[in-house]
Amino acid sequence: MASPRVFILRAPGTNCDVETAYAFERAGARADRVHVRRLLESPSLLREYQILCVPGGFSYGDDIAAGRILALQLRQHLQPVLEEFHAGDKLLLGICNGFQVLLKAGLLLPPDEDGVVPATLTWNDSGRYEDRWIHLQTTIEQRPISCPFLVGIERLELPIAHAEGKFVPRNGETLARLEAAGHLVLRYALPVGTDCPQPEPATHSDGRLPFPFNPNGSAANVAGVCDASGRALGLMPHPERFIDTVQYPRWPRGWTPDPPSGLTLFRNAVRYFA
Amino acid sequence: MLWEVDIYPAEGQADLAADQIWNDAHDLGIIGPWRLAAARGYLIQGDLAAEQVERLAVELLADPVVERFTAAVVGDPRLLVPPQEAMTPIYVLPKPGVMDPVALSTQAAIRDFGQQAEAVRTFRKYWVAGLGAEELAKLCAKILANDAIEQVVHGGLPFQRIEQGEPYRFRRVTVPLRAMDDDALMRLSRQGQLFLSLPEMQTIRDYFRGLGRDPTDVELETLAQTWSEHCSHKTLAGRIDYRDETRHIRFQNMLKETIFAATLELRRRWGDADWCVSVFEDNAGVVRFDENYNVAFKVETHNHPSALEPYGGANTGIGGVIRDPMGTGLGAKPICNTDVFCFAPPDIPLDEVPEGVLHPRRVMKGVVAGVRDYGNRMGIPTVNGAVYFDRRYLGNPLVYCGNVGLLPCDKSRKEARPGDLIVALGGRTGRDGIHGATFSSAELTSDSESLSGGAVQIGNAITEKMLLDVLLQARDRGLYHAVTDCGAGGFSSAVGEMGAEIGAEVELDRVPLKYAGLSYCEIWISEAQERMVLAVPEEHWPDLHALCEAEGVEATVIGRFVPTGRLVLHYQGQEVANLDMGFLHDGRPPVVRQASYTPPPETPLPLGGASTGQADLTADLYAVLGSPNVCSKHWIIRQYDHEVQGGSVIKPLVGIRDDGPSDAAVLRPVLDSYRGIVLACGMNPRYGDLDTYWMAAAAIDEAVRNCVAVGVDPRRIAILDNFCWGNIDRPETLGSLVRAALACRDVALSLETPFVSGKDSLNNEFRTAGGEFIAIPPSLLISALGQIDDVRLCVTMDWKQPGNPIYLVGATAEELGGSHWNLVRGLSGGKVPRHNAEAARRTFTALHRAIAAGCVAACHDLSEGGLAAAAAEMAFAGGFGASLNLDAVPTPNPDLPIVARLFSESNSRFLCEVRRDRAADFERLLHEIPVARLGQVNDTSTLAFISAQREVVRAAIQDLKEAWQRPLAW
Repeated sequence: MASPRVFILRAPGTNCDVETAYAFERAGARADRVHVRRLLESPSLLREYQILCVPGGFSYGDDIAAGRILALQLRQHLQPVLEEFHAGDKLLLGICNGFQVLLKAGLLLPPDEDGVVPATLTWNDSGRYEDRWIHLQTTIEQRPISCPFLVGIERLELPIAHAEGKFVPRNGETLARLEAAGHLVLRYALPVGTDCPQPEPATHSDGRLPFPFNPNGSAANVAGVCDASGRALGLMPHPERFIDTVQYPRWPRGWTPDPPSGLTLFRNAVRYFA
Repeated sequence: MLWEVDIYPAEGQADLAADQIWNDAHDLGIIGPWRLAAARGYLIQGDLAAEQVERLAVELLADPVVERFTAAVVGDPRLLVPPQEAMTPIYVLPKPGVMDPVALSTQAAIRDFGQQAEAVRTFRKYWVAGLGAEELAKLCAKILANDAIEQVVHGGLPFQRIEQGEPYRFRRVTVPLRAMDDDALMRLSRQGQLFLSLPEMQTIRDYFRGLGRDPTDVELETLAQTWSEHCSHKTLAGRIDYRDETRHIRFQNMLKETIFAATLELRRRWGDADWCVSVFEDNAGVVRFDENYNVAFKVETHNHPSALEPYGGANTGIGGVIRDPMGTGLGAKPICNTDVFCFAPPDIPLDEVPEGVLHPRRVMKGVVAGVRDYGNRMGIPTVNGAVYFDRRYLGNPLVYCGNVGLLPCDKSRKEARPGDLIVALGGRTGRDGIHGATFSSAELTSDSESLSGGAVQIGNAITEKMLLDVLLQARDRGLYHAVTDCGAGGFSSAVGEMGAEIGAEVELDRVPLKYAGLSYCEIWISEAQERMVLAVPEEHWPDLHALCEAEGVEATVIGRFVPTGRLVLHYQGQEVANLDMGFLHDGRPPVVRQASYTPPPETPLPLGGASTGQADLTADLYAVLGSPNVCSKHWIIRQYDHEVQGGSVIKPLVGIRDDGPSDAAVLRPVLDSYRGIVLACGMNPRYGDLDTYWMAAAAIDEAVRNCVAVGVDPRRIAILDNFCWGNIDRPETLGSLVRAALACRDVALSLETPFVSGKDSLNNEFRTAGGEFIAIPPSLLISALGQIDDVRLCVTMDWKQPGNPIYLVGATAEELGGSHWNLVRGLSGGKVPRHNAEAARRTFTALHRAIAAGCVAACHDLSEGGLAAAAAEMAFAGGFGASLNLDAVPTPNPDLPIVARLFSESNSRFLCEVRRDRAADFERLLHEIPVARLGQVNDTSTLAFISAQREVVRAAIQDLKEAWQRPLAW
């Protein structure tokens, strides 16, 4: 099959579209950056594509709350075409602001019985924006849902850069349900190996790692979630910022994850259509 | 109907806004048993039913998982039910006319939701209990609200409608200038906020006498803006008569004969190998990058607005400088930001802060937030910066914002042509920023806040991002001939500049407005943000218009460039201005200014016990590392997105835990290439108290040194100057500036490092209510833009490998004058570091060869705190220790005291960790340079300095790191 086509959705304030398109192309896809106004005019455009990606940035300034306004637009005007897209064995990826958008649009986690989304992304515990590299692990053992983006990945190192990335479920039962169903595929983790020797830090009583390992205070250390099919993934860290060795902060010390963690994720997406 | 929606954290969720205010209040001494709760809210005006508002709240405004809300008509008692017992409400709202970006987005989203709101306003709502009236007033004034842009309402809201401006009735205003005597002219200059000098006012009066008519208000304003210090640099680019201890120089154009002249000379020297493209002419300096691209670089200051409203001032400061590369050539793509701030120490007691001045802690938090929110939203990595603390910045904090843009080689020139349409692109015009250009040329006083509130603005980054998105597409499709930004002076200066060689006619009533009520004069001089002006050939207008439409960006034809040599303005068909472009741009009367400089006599530095070999200087090292200029700035750095666009190679924080201070930032602007740009800076206000010549030389040395330390070829570094000075009406103050400019010329020539752009900000003095003047120290920022062929050859400053030898490169002299060791010891005196041009050039060249050859594992420049601070930073960044022999330090003075070996701040020095197997190569490549092996990296966790077999410093690297990280870990 020819390389898959990626629809990179751009809105006012989106600002990671160029490097995300580049990352997909490095992984072997063909990417187009398309303004949401264009999609609203002709929703059928989406049919030409195999992957839809909502990249990072500040859609509509993150005014009101991060991702809220674009999420509203998707829900109000594009629900049918998005459902059709998703049903067609295609992939959906939301990175950072894109994750906030997909989650708040209800495209990742099914609503609770009363129609309310089961979880949100809100202000970091620190109350401020934070850019730093963090360690992640996938919940690879006993994973009920197979997420094509994460095939073969156990651990990743990626940067986060956000103010509103704290994953908060409605309550403990909802969290347990999401966990049991396998939605919570990506977690902040402690470093392993000799590269970053750290004293074992005290973990919160609810299992959350302390700052900076869990950089925002997310429940259950959640950094990314997928939908029931596994084909829609949202994550706060930025895989497009680690597709080349020299983007890794410690490359001058002579060691980097190989291949770069982010590139693997994009390659997995391309490979899904091979 | 006016609806109010209050949004609170849901039960069990933290009230982060209240917590932050509580902390800030605590810092300012508002302590005691009091309670606070915070909400954010929206006022929505429109014909909406309760259920509709409820739905908006549920689905749009509040997050059902973490928030709860109250929605009701303003005045409804439910809105005044306190969230906790016995609390009273305080509303903080933007004053009418102040930019409210969230309100604009919300209004659009409501429309998208299928409902209609006539107007939306956001607010913050606080509930307070347990504070007395005096403390409550203090809380409101110092923390909750800024009077320059916000209003505070105690209790329920007292209005039923959101003000939206009254319609404007046209009336042509003329100013009876011809009849004015000198007193009247100066009164007009001051009261009208023109801030022109008497000779300038007289020249304008005589010009209009010659024409036989009086000027209109808008003609006078146009002249004032064009001739303002901010827009024309009339002082530094003017005649100056300078004397110092050895020289008497009569400059016709001081900048041209010093800094510009050095660049011209270098370009002539280089001939065909000249890599400068456009210097000191466009909105930013432009140099060659690779075969396809040039890079544009500009740094501006936004000091006065930031003093009054730190968030808005810094916000629009970075927003404004981003538009400089965007408005250079046919438009560069912004690829990174740099920000340097000068504040008073944040621990100053509140009662020592004069009236009319914000506490430095609040200034710092506001400035950092302003830069963060604009830069991050624009998607431009903020990769470099510095912060300097000095009490003299109390009334006049400095905010330097810079931006680098990537510009295709074939889009690096612009020229508006006769017949081109004048197109306004981007944001709408409002009453914001009126008199910003002339205001920035005046000194601040304790009542500046009330005088020039209009000069204070809030930016809207998303408007600028949208503008950028269409600009680059339009550029690549060749839809316009020229572009410039609307910065200080608004349309007046943008159109005036673009049409200077042609002539322009503008229909002011066509300009899209934020709200009704602006006069033609306000429209013309408004400095509303996020606007640019294009010169568009008529045949491309339909394409440009369609492109803007597709992205939701407003573009409006407001006039035409016509070959008349005149600037003509109309409003509703009537002529309101008709000025000769020649007079506007060249009519300013020359002024000769006096400048003198006498270096203060050198005084000996009392070393006391520190000079003997017996002293233990460990405590001094801790004190230097913990001093505010040296200490870690991670609290700031991590709030900036420094990796967006994907080009980051060397981040601002490096090392095994990503927390050591990098000398410079490196990034790849073109993702499929390994060619890099490098950003660094240098600044030493403390040396300026001793001699501004050596201060300027040291700042250049530091900026270049920082670039070389990460691997830049010293032949490919371009630099910028930003002079922030006190009142240059005083000959000594102007003299200290001229002396710095002379150093800039000399060092640029000797290092072959060209200045490509620059900017100055004068009159940075604060007059207290008691009439006392506080002048800032001479503050010359040198910003450097280096280039590197292959970023994979870069090195960072963290020690990498036990067993590698450590070399000190460059000679150390007894130069503790203005040093940080003096600062922490409370001493004055001593010799200021003197730059040695020949030694610097040779050192930079040789070290670059060694780095490019792969010999160097880590390299750090020696600056504030000297060898001791550099070694400590390298140690804790790498997680390794070392034992270093001070007796080996290369120095022309064999009796150099230990304290100078550790803390002297002599220029052009580096500490290098060399790969063990390449030590011989390293020594060979640096054989002409004073260089010595001081020891080696070891796998202990201790840093020690040894002299005569005795440890004079010994510290655990974890403790050193802690001392360095703690002070600003807010």
